[in-house]
Amino acid sequence: MRRPFVAENPSVLVFLIGLSIFTVVVTVLAEGFGVGALSTSFVKTLGKTLCLCLVAIAMDLIWGYCGILSLGHFAFFGLGGYMVGMWLMYARTEIIVEGALAQGDIPPTPQEIIDGIGNQIFGVVGSSEFPVVWTFADSLVIQLLMVLAVPGLLALVFGWLAFRSRVAGVYLSILTQAMTLALALYLFQNDSGLRGNNGLSGLQNLPGVTAPQSAVSLWFFWASALALGAGYLLSAWVVSGKFGSVIRGIRDNEARVRFLGYPVESFKLMLFTLTAMIAAVAGALYYPQAGIVNPAEIAPIASIYLAVWVAIGGRGRLYGAVLGAAFVSLVSTWFTGGQAPDINLGVYTVHWVDWWQVILGLSFVLVTLFAPKGIGGLFDLMKREDKA
Amino acid sequence: MTFLKKTAASALALTIGTGAAMAADCPIKVGVLHSLSGTMAISETTLKDTMLMLVADQNEKGGLLGCELEAVVVDPASDWPLFAEKARELLTVHDVDVIFGNWTSVSRKSVLPVIEELNGLLFYPVQYEGEESSKNVFYTGAAPNQQAIPATDYFLDELGVEKFALLGTDYVYPRTTNNILESYLKGKGIAESDIFVNYTPFGHSDWSKIVSDVVALGADGKKVGVISTINGDANIGFYKELAAAGISADDIPVVAFSVGEEELSGLDTSNLVGHLAAWNYFQSADTEANAGFIDKWKTLMGEERVTNDPMEAHYIGFNMWANAVAAAETTDVDAVRTAMYGQEFPNLTGGTAVMLPNHHLAKPVLIGEIQEDGQFDIISATDPVPGDAWTDFLPDSAVLKSDWKDLGCGMYNTATDTCVQIKSNY
Amino acid sequence: MTQLIRLCCVLICAALLALAPVAQVARAQDTPADAAQSGTGAQSGPQIGPLQSVLQQDAALFAKSSRKTIGPVIDRIVSSGLPGVPALLSAWQNKSIWQRKADGLFFLVEDLGDRSYALIDLDSGTEAGRAEKSDLKQLKPNSGVRGLIATALVQFQLSDPSRATREEALIAIERRPGPDLLAPLRASVAAEPDPVLKTRKMRIERLLTMAYDDDPQDRIAAIEAMSTDLGVDVRAALNPLVATTLAVQPTLPEDRNIARVLVPGSAQLERLAAYDMLVAADLAPPRRSAAEIKTLLATHIDGGRVGGVPVARLSDPEARVAAYGALFAEGLVPPRVSDADIDAALASHVFFETYAEPDPAVTDAAEAALATIATRVGLNQSLDLGLDAISLASIYFLAAIGLAITFGLMGVINMAHGEFIMMGAYTGYVVQQVIPNHTVSILVAIPLAFAVTFAAGVAMERLVIRHLYHRPLETLLATFGISIALQQLAKNIFGTQARPLTAPGWLDGALVLNDVVAISYIRIAIFVLALIFLGFFLFLMKRTRLGLETRAVTQNPRMAASMGINPGRVNMLTFGLGSGIAGIAGVAIGLYAKVTSELGADYIVQSFMTVVVGGVGNIWGALLGATMIGTLQKGIEWLNPSNTLAAQTYMIIFIIIFIQFRPRGIIALKGRAAGD
Repeated sequence: MRRPFVAENPSVLVFLIGLSIFTVVVTVLAEGFGVGALSTSFVKTLGKTLCLCLVAIAMDLIWGYCGILSLGHFAFFGLGGYMVGMWLMYARTEIIVEGALAQGDIPPTPQEIIDGIGNQIFGVVGSSEFPVVWTFADSLVIQLLMVLAVPGLLALVFGWLAFRSRVAGVYLSILTQAMTLALALYLFQNDSGLRGNNGLSGLQNLPGVTAPQSAVSLWFFWASALALGAGYLLSAWVVSGKFGSVIRGIRDNEARVRFLGYPVESFKLMLFTLTAMIAAVAGALYYPQAGIVNPAEIAPIASIYLAVWVAIGGRGRLYGAVLGAAFVSLVSTWFTGGQAPDINLGVYTVHWVDWWQVILGLSFVLVTLFAPKGIGGLFDLMKREDKA
Repeated sequence: MTFLKKTAASALALTIGTGAAMAADCPIKVGVLHSLSGTMAISETTLKDTMLMLVADQNEKGGLLGCELEAVVVDPASDWPLFAEKARELLTVHDVDVIFGNWTSVSRKSVLPVIEELNGLLFYPVQYEGEESSKNVFYTGAAPNQQAIPATDYFLDELGVEKFALLGTDYVYPRTTNNILESYLKGKGIAESDIFVNYTPFGHSDWSKIVSDVVALGADGKKVGVISTINGDANIGFYKELAAAGISADDIPVVAFSVGEEELSGLDTSNLVGHLAAWNYFQSADTEANAGFIDKWKTLMGEERVTNDPMEAHYIGFNMWANAVAAAETTDVDAVRTAMYGQEFPNLTGGTAVMLPNHHLAKPVLIGEIQEDGQFDIISATDPVPGDAWTDFLPDSAVLKSDWKDLGCGMYNTATDTCVQIKSNY
Repeated sequence: MTQLIRLCCVLICAALLALAPVAQVARAQDTPADAAQSGTGAQSGPQIGPLQSVLQQDAALFAKSSRKTIGPVIDRIVSSGLPGVPALLSAWQNKSIWQRKADGLFFLVEDLGDRSYALIDLDSGTEAGRAEKSDLKQLKPNSGVRGLIATALVQFQLSDPSRATREEALIAIERRPGPDLLAPLRASVAAEPDPVLKTRKMRIERLLTMAYDDDPQDRIAAIEAMSTDLGVDVRAALNPLVATTLAVQPTLPEDRNIARVLVPGSAQLERLAAYDMLVAADLAPPRRSAAEIKTLLATHIDGGRVGGVPVARLSDPEARVAAYGALFAEGLVPPRVSDADIDAALASHVFFETYAEPDPAVTDAAEAALATIATRVGLNQSLDLGLDAISLASIYFLAAIGLAITFGLMGVINMAHGEFIMMGAYTGYVVQQVIPNHTVSILVAIPLAFAVTFAAGVAMERLVIRHLYHRPLETLLATFGISIALQQLAKNIFGTQARPLTAPGWLDGALVLNDVVAISYIRIAIFVLALIFLGFFLFLMKRTRLGLETRAVTQNPRMAASMGINPGRVNMLTFGLGSGIAGIAGVAIGLYAKVTSELGADYIVQSFMTVVVGGVGNIWGALLGATMIGTLQKGIEWLNPSNTLAAQTYMIIFIIIFIQFRPRGIIALKGRAAGD
């Protein structure tokens, strides 16, 4: 028999232990149940970062392991957020509307309740009727299934079309970017039925939950940590077996794998869909912590940043993706949040808010040119030194 | 000297006694939540500078309740979720007493749940689509009835426009405003077929077809007017195409709700002379207070800088808040909120703005014609119009009323005499 | 307190209003004496000339200059018949009439600078003193009032010696045609010396005849004569003739010019809308909305029951109907109009549209003329749409042509291509800051933009891309990093606000074929530029040494190197060339749209699509790709005119599907050149 999978991959164990310790430490330090050294907003930031790490893992799977540079995975991430956001908005509004209508002398008809909810949700964007896409918004179970199903289906259809006609390499990247742009533009329209530019907001308020945000933020932090752990485990398992060997083979020489008789397209399609679903789960956990999901989140640039994180963290290794996402997004928040002190050079004051993007862009060029393995490459160096 | 002032002030605070106990935690912190980077930075940075100027002014006058004011500036970077995060940070980490901030509607909707959860106080300075009322937000910009409706009346009465093209960028402000206007125009006897509505994306640049569609509207012999809620950069392409098509303001007048002094500075206005904009403030308003304000702004920021409507909104909002704090003798949100109702403060354009129980201002509406120098010639000014949170021209909203003072409800259904909800809708 | 102040204000105003007529009468009595010695100087007190006294009669309304109330004032001024009227009207129109606050007199004012103004008496035309700005109030007639003034001026201007004035009169008639203008216009046609204006006068005369002549035969003749004209003004004159009003009566009236009878429930007249008309005409009882029924039910709750139905059951719509029925049976509520009631009411009435114009012969002729025009307009609209599509295609082509070189020929994905376009546009802006003459500045900007972006391209190729030729995905990411950095740099240097890049005067305006087909000169210029680039590219590739070498290196770098070509140098130059062309495109795009740091990003996806759809490695492919995308986008916009955003979404989806069928683009290279 084979040895247990974790035993074969000690790094997975290390990662999971590290993640657990981190979760416990944050819980103890947070305001919700602990000593209160970490503010609720920081707990939310950390929770969101965990979700970003998860989507980075998905990106690493498809790009680092299979060589498909998808510039569309953040679109799946956003779609996941939309799916769960629809239920959150609907359920929250339903409670408000039912409460208001119950004050009347005559009990409301079901139609009146639905009209009331529609008016509340879409009134702010100048409409009051429920679009078709909201059909199942009242059911948490169906919406949660849709978190997986909708992005998964989109990935499946798009991937089938793309891989079938042998679109590969940079063409595929551009095509995925076009898909992302199309989706973002579509959602930007008011007529999309998802509140256009405004998107879905107030998602941090869980329907029927009266617990303070300090507690809710921790629940989501735990859920995100759990999802990240599970996602890491799943990804590590996927890349460790025969499937992993085949997709790495596709990355290194697609033609040769095809000649060996493997249905390359099916392998790619499976991985593409799987990673889209992982991204969607990450998004579904991310946006209730962010509070609002809107089309600007899906814009092509977001997906490119995702690639940037993975590249800086180190492609082809899962912990690299996690490191890259956590490091770059946190540093980014720090610099753009105005916390970084300005540097006065006498003739010119460097405002980090202005220069951070320039540094990020250039560091990216440098990483690509001189350190293709990213931060993860440092570990390799250390290992080599250990051996030597 | 400062020391003396402070001692005197604290002595004063002591004599006032328990009422000032809350205020004793100096300094009073004023949160500024405007994007300093990203797409909205250009508009919002101006407002951040305005706030810093106002806070410095107030400190020169001796602060408030014997305390210095301190501005806490954060950068939500034009990223809507980040607005919520930064608002929470301001209220819980920095413990600010009031927040001045936001520009776009979506950023406001993002911040609302947080402000309401933590019982903060937000002053929102930009003209917006209405249909919202939050206990914790004072709307110092124009509601639709303080900008869109008077401008439409001007079109109907003064210019004799019989056919309307409502052109907007595809987002919530134009959508809601155009909905209200459509309903208003129908009430004025304009047929549905005489209202042409079109939405374009942000930053749209290919305007030739839309402009020629608008020209073609004139084919049935009615005077055509354009009501534009086009936002930001897209205006440049739009006005360039208008000019290229040789459409004079006398043939097809255009009134814009999102084009002010700041936006015109990116344009050659010689071909746009005579087109209109509706605001509560224009830099060209000829009053002493305005001259002083402009002067101070230019000394601080540079001669080429212009002033605009949201700046005046912050000017009024901040001064009203300062007066309310002085009246309430505390910065406690609920006390200040109560003290805000009925606060009066002189507008920069003359007259007095009054804070109403629905958290909106009563302000005059000005209509200006674009001039060659990029400024506006004010050709019409109304009496103060009380801002209306819920429009009277949409059936679902007409029955709603906001009154936080007596009814304690922002969404009160007058038909059924019930409060629909205490929180705002976001 | 405030109320007290308000009250005082009201009282003072009332007092002033009451006194005003007295003052006017007093002044009016002074008039004859003053008129005799007018112009003797400002020192001798206010001089009231006859024109001034006419104005003073309506001083408040005149000063207010609101379109709602100004009509009678203008009429009185014109009917006074005084010689100074035309001059007064034009001065008023030009916002040069001011009122002196002290005595309420109106003057023509000349700005002397330094906030000092010369007051010119309206009657005598001589200077009547000077005043500070603060003592004066400017009359600002708005556009609506200016229009009315212009119409009043027409009769004075039609035979004016100055051509410009006569033209002004014609513009005024075109803007506000009216029955009173027909006679003066006709009278002035014969004596018109200028042939262009004469044609225009005759044309306007025909238009006015259609609408306002007394003789139906003349009108029909005019209508028929104009029935091939595409002008918006012709349709604007014809459409009011066939304007209809919807009416309802129990039977069809005989004495009206009826356009058509409408059936309720058809597309032209919805069933409920028709019923609402009946309600409005008091021919049927109003419908009760669900909300009204609910309110009525609530007012009749009696011991937890409404009409015998328990309140708790009223969440069911059926139960509500039953409860309401019970209440109606008791006579407590008005009837609920059922569907059957509505149908019965609709069946017993006739809905029809009547022409406002009573003469059927005229309306028939107008309908026929409009039908003819509509067909021609339709054809011309397609032509206009075609021009728009070509214009959009040429913009896409221009944005993509540089990419066709770097990506198409060299296979280098340059995500910073958009930023090169932006750099070109900003170069144009900077040049315009230095050289104020727009024509010269554009002529300087074009080569300069090429130089700047050529240098940037070469630098990028040498420093970054050269090391990544065999790692295309990495090239994509590295150039993307450069793109972010360049965008932010532009923001840091120029700010996020759009910068003006103004086209020279001779590119202002549009080429107008007729009122339907028009295209702005700037778009034509872009089209021409695109053609020039196409020619340049073909020449370069097919006729020059560099082109030959580029093609050689593209097809087989090693072989090319062994033939003595330096692939590094060729790559560098080719890349620089592609970037340089992007810079020039940037100047053109900046002229037509806006210059912002996001300018390039807006075009980058579109540009890549253009090249991919067209087919890599072939300039004709890029041209076809641009044409296809431009046409497609305009076509979708035409199908769904109210939403431009949707057009872009559908276009991208279409492209994704298109690539399914032609993965290598419209023009796919065959054989070895195709490479992999």
